Amino acid sequence: MMLPSFPEAAPLAGLAGGVLIGLAAAVMLLGLGRIAGVSGLAAKAVGLGGSGIARSGAWMFVIGLPLGALIVMLASGGLEASFASPVTLAIAGLAVGVGTRLGSGCTSGHGVCGVSRLSGRSIVATLTFMATGIATVAIMNALWLEVL
Amino acid sequence: MRTALTSIVSGVLFGAGLALGGMTDPARVRGFLDIFGDWDPTLAFVMGGAVIVMAIAWRIVPRLAEPIFAGEFHLPTKSDLTPRLVGGAALFGIGWGIAGLCPGPGIAALVIEPAAAAIFVVSMLAGMVFVRLFEGAS
Repeated sequence: MMLPSFPEAAPLAGLAGGVLIGLAAAVMLLGLGRIAGVSGLAAKAVGLGGSGIARSGAWMFVIGLPLGALIVMLASGGLEASFASPVTLAIAGLAVGVGTRLGSGCTSGHGVCGVSRLSGRSIVATLTFMATGIATVAIMNALWLEVL
Repeated sequence: MRTALTSIVSGVLFGAGLALGGMTDPARVRGFLDIFGDWDPTLAFVMGGAVIVMAIAWRIVPRLAEPIFAGEFHLPTKSDLTPRLVGGAALFGIGWGIAGLCPGPGIAALVIEPAAAAIFVVSMLAGMVFVRLFEGAS
């Protein structure tokens, strides 16, 4: 399916992917009673504290992420992806690491799990990172900074 | 064992969903954030699909005395809006916008473009360690 005004968009694949992500978070919530927040689980896996899940469980979740992507990659015959330069990736990674620890979550913990719970903190966090993300891309475009 | 199995099932589903929804391609994520340019709304469909399923899951929670494979629920209880929350989220959004990657897609992309994804993931972990060191010192 295509959206007439947005030829790049993949709404059906997006929706299907979103449902899988929702199911993943539901398995974590109903199965283990925890939030499937990637930044928190990654921090837990490397021993930086965070959510009360056992470290081995956090590792299993984190290892599952590339495995899941690998399955889709093999089944679809390859995934399109373009990445920024090493320096750009390093700067972005640092900001994401510091920001998600201070802000107690990322797109999954706040954006999916918290927003669907109607958590005030998560709604504020999500609106905030959406706004600064949009502003960052707009400013970079205005300065002709092409990173991908 | 049940924790490990449940966790890896959740992780695999999550990673597959990210890849299927196109979220492991930074260009698509930046396309979503580029609302003043060639806007790509795909991420809104991904988030919408995930939020709908999770909204149903949250309605099941009160009917469960305890999680299916664990002793008790461990859910966030904070409700205060702090400068730390807003500042952290703002900084996260800036990093997200710069390279089009957040933690989930960054880790999942380790099988797609290993070197590039590894730089992002290691830097992200370094940032997390930095917060820990700084807080430990204060």
